[in-house]
Amino acid sequence: MAERIPRVPVREQDPKVRAHNFDEVCYGYNLEEAMTEASRCLHCKNPRCVTACPVSIKIPEFIAKVKEGDIHGAAAIIAEDSSLPAVCGRVCPQETQCEGSCILGVKGEPVAIGKLERFVADHTSEGVAHPSVEGKSKKVAVIGSGPAGLACASDLAKWGYDVTIFEALHKAGGVLEYGIPEFRLPKEKVLKKEIEEVKALGVKIETDVIIGRTVSIDSLIDDEGFEAVFVGTGAGLPKFMGIPGENLNGVFSANEFLTRNNLMKAFREDYMTPIHAGAKCCVVGGGNVAMDAARTALRLGADTSIIYRRTEVELPARKEEVHHAKEEGIDFRMLTNPVEIIGDEKGWVKALRCIKMELGEPDESGRRSPVPIPGSEFEIPTETVIMALGTAPNPLIINKTKGLEATRRGGLVADEDGRTTREGIFAGGDAVTGAATVILAMGAGRKAAKAIDEYLKTK
Amino acid sequence: MLTPNICKMVVSAPRIAKAALPGQFLIVLANEEGERIPLTISDYNREAGTVTIVTQLIGASSAAIIAKEEGEFFRDVVGPLGNPSEFVNMDESQLKGQRYIFIAGGLGTAPVYPQAKWLHDRGIAVDVIIGARTKDLLIYTEELGSACDNLFLCTDDGSAGFHGVGTACLEQLVAEGHEYTKAVAIGPMIMMKFATLTCKKLGIPIDVSLNMLMVDGTGMCGACRVTVAGKTRFACVDGPEFNGYDVDFDEAMRRLGQYKAEEAEEKAKYVK
Repeated sequence: MAERIPRVPVREQDPKVRAHNFDEVCYGYNLEEAMTEASRCLHCKNPRCVTACPVSIKIPEFIAKVKEGDIHGAAAIIAEDSSLPAVCGRVCPQETQCEGSCILGVKGEPVAIGKLERFVADHTSEGVAHPSVEGKSKKVAVIGSGPAGLACASDLAKWGYDVTIFEALHKAGGVLEYGIPEFRLPKEKVLKKEIEEVKALGVKIETDVIIGRTVSIDSLIDDEGFEAVFVGTGAGLPKFMGIPGENLNGVFSANEFLTRNNLMKAFREDYMTPIHAGAKCCVVGGGNVAMDAARTALRLGADTSIIYRRTEVELPARKEEVHHAKEEGIDFRMLTNPVEIIGDEKGWVKALRCIKMELGEPDESGRRSPVPIPGSEFEIPTETVIMALGTAPNPLIINKTKGLEATRRGGLVADEDGRTTREGIFAGGDAVTGAATVILAMGAGRKAAKAIDEYLKTK
Repeated sequence: MLTPNICKMVVSAPRIAKAALPGQFLIVLANEEGERIPLTISDYNREAGTVTIVTQLIGASSAAIIAKEEGEFFRDVVGPLGNPSEFVNMDESQLKGQRYIFIAGGLGTAPVYPQAKWLHDRGIAVDVIIGARTKDLLIYTEELGSACDNLFLCTDDGSAGFHGVGTACLEQLVAEGHEYTKAVAIGPMIMMKFATLTCKKLGIPIDVSLNMLMVDGTGMCGACRVTVAGKTRFACVDGPEFNGYDVDFDEAMRRLGQYKAEEAEEKAKYVK
């Protein structure tokens, strides 16, 4: 057996430099690097990576094409299963999915599947043509242009349906646009390009339409002739802790902070949007959104700390994001939980009062639950506090549409294939599960597309 | 222009015009580089497919809205947002016998119009007080004159109508024997605070329309949070109208000033 080639490292922007700009952190592979990395794939007979991928991309097949230098061939294989490869190559948690199952990972480093997917997507400029299957007769409405909606709409359009996506904000992309920062997912270069490719399939996108306010689902069905509806409205409602001082000036939800910066481009001089990171910022939470908010605040000039009540091992954020955040100089305060936000006489944040925690018994999620250590309260002086505690689905559509039911946690009730409690209405992604990942939402969107196709064929 | 810095615009937005109800608002983004500005709907015409907005020159983004000439386009208009006024969902038997008094201040006068008209068209008793600093700043006097039973004007300097603020006018009306079962105040936060205090004294229930800072207007950002009856509520989805007795006005006023420093900087750049 030939000597093992080590995993090809990916080039990144210097942490000291990138801490002051919003340019992408990771540069990605060039052709030579990609071909070398691709040559590491063992092409397993029963590829575990494909099983672990929520949208079942034929990973060994596309990697084989990369190895030959046939990037367009690789792109065509990926396009059969994913409409957002440049996005997924960047933001998927590969370490727990495809790469986490790679056989090479048992003894060494898994194949860099995510970086290869990204390479393929970034180096194929034109989309892959998909012939229309049948006359575009039946109309399907997709609500929300995030990952679930885009994936569902792409599949349906490929199968010949007349698909319109309705988006509440003024730009398409959902969380990819308002939530994930430029330095992880460039908007013009990557996101816009992939959305254009979805449009090239024949999908129409209407922005500025809030279903449940501007127009109801019933009106889409009764007055506008849509025969099926997919609800992919995500989980957009911010959570707060319910501690004293949360309404002081200088306390923001991560959603507000990130939306101002990403969708509204507050970081750019030529945009009017105001944003306030302060000289010192505390971000509460340990997920990817907390990392995004902290790294954004840092780039806006704030000395930034992450406040998390468990230890680093339990941080729900991707390892890569935590690593990048640390490299850039974010301070991590683990086993620390806020109890109160203290304001000055003008009602602005002055300090975050916290309590030290220790890990107790494991809870139902299997994680050891943090327990406060009595008498250990202390204050961290800070000018701003950003709450990144997770998000919940928006109840608007459930409240405004007869026949839909909500779960205990506010999600839409839907089966494995996305069928809701009302005929002709399907749902998937965070709107059903609560906040999860881009790729799981895409997987749910694709499943629902299949169910919609079956439903409309038999209708 | 209704006054030197208040501008009325009729916007073609058929989907919004079809769905709009009194009390709701829109979000307008004038240009790509602008902000999403919430504006209360001042009128709607379902047949023509139009909605009317009234904007006051405050910062860079409102300047960008006002700078648009007839025939030009906003980058985006989205809505209707928020809940309609309480009376829209009341049935006829509940509305019968109600006597409404609207207290309108400055820019807040415009959104009073669709509310008063809605009630007046249904034969409900409606009186309206419009307040402004001086005569030239009174807006919507003609429109409101035909949308209520009695219109009272008041100016701080006495140049038109009652000499004094709207709340003093209301106190005088009640002293003169006018009876009201419900008040609605729309205007500057400080005015709504004092309208609430006056109504409390007079024993009249009051709703106020809170014009908080917002980004998306759909419950996503939480910038518009206010404390109502001790609980945090989002003005965009839980309001914009709330029972005035329950609102923490001092907190709301403070939160309105959250981006003052940044806004002043922007304004200096754009508004010469």
